[in-house]
Amino acid sequence: MKFRLYRFQPESNQPPHMQDVELDIDPNGKMLLDALLELKARDDTLAFRRSCREGVCGSDAVNVNGRNVLACITPLPELKQPIEIRPVPGLPVIRDFVVDMEPFFRQYKSIKPWLINDDPEPERERLQTPEERAELEGAYECILCGCCTTACPSFWWHPDKFVGPAGLLQAWRFIADSRDQATEERLDYLEDTYRLYRCRGIMNCVEACPKGLNPTEAIGRIKALLVKRKV
Amino acid sequence: MPKVPIQMDKRVFDAVIVGGGGAGLRAALQLAGSGFKVAVVSKVFPTRSHTVSAQGGITAALGNVSEDNWHWHMFDTVKGSDYLGDQDAIEFMCREAAAAVYELEHMGLPFSRLENGKIYQRAFGGQSKNFGGEQAIRTCACADRTGHALLHTLYQRNLAARTQFFDEYFALDLIRDEAGYCLGVTALSIETGEPLLIEARTTLLATGGAGRVFWNTSNAMINTGDGLGMVLRAGLPLEDMEFWQFHPTGIAGVGSLITEGARGEGGYLLNNKGERFMERYAPHAVDLASRDVVSRAIATEIHEGRGCGEQKDHVLLKLDHLGEKIIAERLPGIRELSIRFAGTDPVKSPIPVAPTAHYMMGGIPTNLHGQVVVPARYGPEEPVPGLYAVGECACVSVHGANRLGGNSLLDLVVFGRAAGNHMIEYLRDNPYPRAVNGKGVGRSLQRLARWDEKRGNESVDGLSRELRQLMQKHCGVYRSHGVLTAGLDQLNLLSRRMETISLGDTSRVFNTARIEALELENLMLVARASLVSALAREESRGAHTRDDFPSRDDDRWLKHSLYSLEGDQLDYKPVRLKALSVETFKPKERSY
Repeated sequence: MKFRLYRFQPESNQPPHMQDVELDIDPNGKMLLDALLELKARDDTLAFRRSCREGVCGSDAVNVNGRNVLACITPLPELKQPIEIRPVPGLPVIRDFVVDMEPFFRQYKSIKPWLINDDPEPERERLQTPEERAELEGAYECILCGCCTTACPSFWWHPDKFVGPAGLLQAWRFIADSRDQATEERLDYLEDTYRLYRCRGIMNCVEACPKGLNPTEAIGRIKALLVKRKV
Repeated sequence: MPKVPIQMDKRVFDAVIVGGGGAGLRAALQLAGSGFKVAVVSKVFPTRSHTVSAQGGITAALGNVSEDNWHWHMFDTVKGSDYLGDQDAIEFMCREAAAAVYELEHMGLPFSRLENGKIYQRAFGGQSKNFGGEQAIRTCACADRTGHALLHTLYQRNLAARTQFFDEYFALDLIRDEAGYCLGVTALSIETGEPLLIEARTTLLATGGAGRVFWNTSNAMINTGDGLGMVLRAGLPLEDMEFWQFHPTGIAGVGSLITEGARGEGGYLLNNKGERFMERYAPHAVDLASRDVVSRAIATEIHEGRGCGEQKDHVLLKLDHLGEKIIAERLPGIRELSIRFAGTDPVKSPIPVAPTAHYMMGGIPTNLHGQVVVPARYGPEEPVPGLYAVGECACVSVHGANRLGGNSLLDLVVFGRAAGNHMIEYLRDNPYPRAVNGKGVGRSLQRLARWDEKRGNESVDGLSRELRQLMQKHCGVYRSHGVLTAGLDQLNLLSRRMETISLGDTSRVFNTARIEALELENLMLVARASLVSALAREESRGAHTRDDFPSRDDDRWLKHSLYSLEGDQLDYKPVRLKALSVETFKPKERSY
């Protein structure tokens, strides 16, 4: 199979470049990560992150033939050759496919991604009906891989100011939680030209999410709440 | 006294926690919440830790679905451990379980809910009512993503508590002084390639399992036993390393896990005759017998030619009779995994499954405060001052010879909290740091520098493949003297070949080749400890099955193994049969 790999090693004198590689591998039943591991076995200087190899830890987001994917759950036979692999866009590249995720996590942390409830804790669990719990579906499952946020042009232009789809989806996860008491505070924070309203609803995030989540819809719900509390 | 190399960066904390999974984060939260300076050192961003892959749930006798109490849970855990578990630790864990789960709920963990708004619970293997009676419904779940929900919740609480994270730092070695005190760790920044000394009056190892030592495994690629390597190199022993759990239902040929919760929700196993074969092996509990029992049954079915598929190398897990609604609501994650990795939608057709290496019951010996303990000259054992271990890397021992499903997440939070509390006490009793001896630091840096040397033609990838195949073949579900001895001989050859590895990549920045070499060093030690301990234990107990010694032998072997690296030495210590407050569950024959 034919691959085109983005290569960058900051200690070498070479500028970033594309490397053409051929790999003798039977793609049947294999994922892209299997190919990356084979490539690394042949050339151990190739750097990328990986861990669970089943699509739940969010380590191995890469840009393949122009789309952000998780390498470990992207079937190899379905990819058009040469398979062009780059780091996800919009974040500084540390080396090869490894990007600096710090701007992504800074935005995640900015929305206070934890349950806020100042009531004394009850003896047992707080009650929540199955219907209330269902509100969290499609939001709590986020694995923080960054595929969505790094596919978003608004985040490329304003990584320091726009929370981005992943962060906003998590903001919604806590707003939607019947146990959380900080909805007003959360909405106050988000009611901002940049933090929330840089989202133009182009839905790149929905297309990019490897878990099938819909950040655009969650952002729409936050916007709707903001409108509602104005009128 | 040799000085610490001056060019080396140094940071000082009250506590350093190695590992950002459930155990490490729970302990960190306890300390940060009490105002101590805590550093969490993790070789991956914390939510990438393997806790994220736990599916089915966390076991606690809440009694939300049917009558229950912790004492029944304790009995099941003792029996599940094949009586090798320490009953004081098991009582402690099962007593604390309900409070631990409520606490997670209060932190925000999005548990699935029952109609009445309480936490959803499901049936899991080996769980009974009334000391071995009918099936208990005891395992608290967030769909089939309980580990993901638990890990993210704990990470979020730590952000709120301002725990300091050293993400993508690889811990190298423990630093101890002549008196045995643990004074911190050396670590390597993966991003810059620079070493760092982290001094702390307390060190907690929460580095998780080492399932990557097997070819066929449910474990993430990061599960390389790094804490175990650190402990062995520091001259401390590892406990019960012969006990490896093979989970019955890994996706055939892939290894990824299909939760026991799939059988808890009503799924069952079939052989190539369409027979529910578990009825023959466990007439009472059937498909929800303990994991060691089900894995052996599957291995036997396959061995006797009743496996499915062209190679007859797996059995089938049938779920379609549950209906799409139940599967979509309670088992969405495993449906996704099955479609992706087995090419089959469990709503329509059964999933091909086979046993896969899953969990290490053994590990770093600790007491129920998480203190690492070693054999003492006087009395049974004594703590290593300042050193703690929690979670899969530790051996308390609550899982004994076989862990029950749902007890690992429980182990993380109960003992993570307990260790955090004991560390707080220790910090108050020991307010001043002791001087760090540069000798240990120097040795650690030397070990690191070895990977800059060009030596021979061996590669990390080649040797780690051989190691994993060796362990698969020689330390699997069924073992014998001959198979284990041959395995150990091969391991000795591999160890020698380690000396002649050369890395192609000797750069600094994000050199993952060097990280993989350091991980392989740790895995080699784990393999050695496992093979040596397994060869010595001449009985079958829990997950350790010897063809040549098919029955349990309480007279000779109701004891814990302690493996030390120097001279491959084995010691033993008695099982703590005495519980904290209730009567001992005396060893008896185990059937399901």
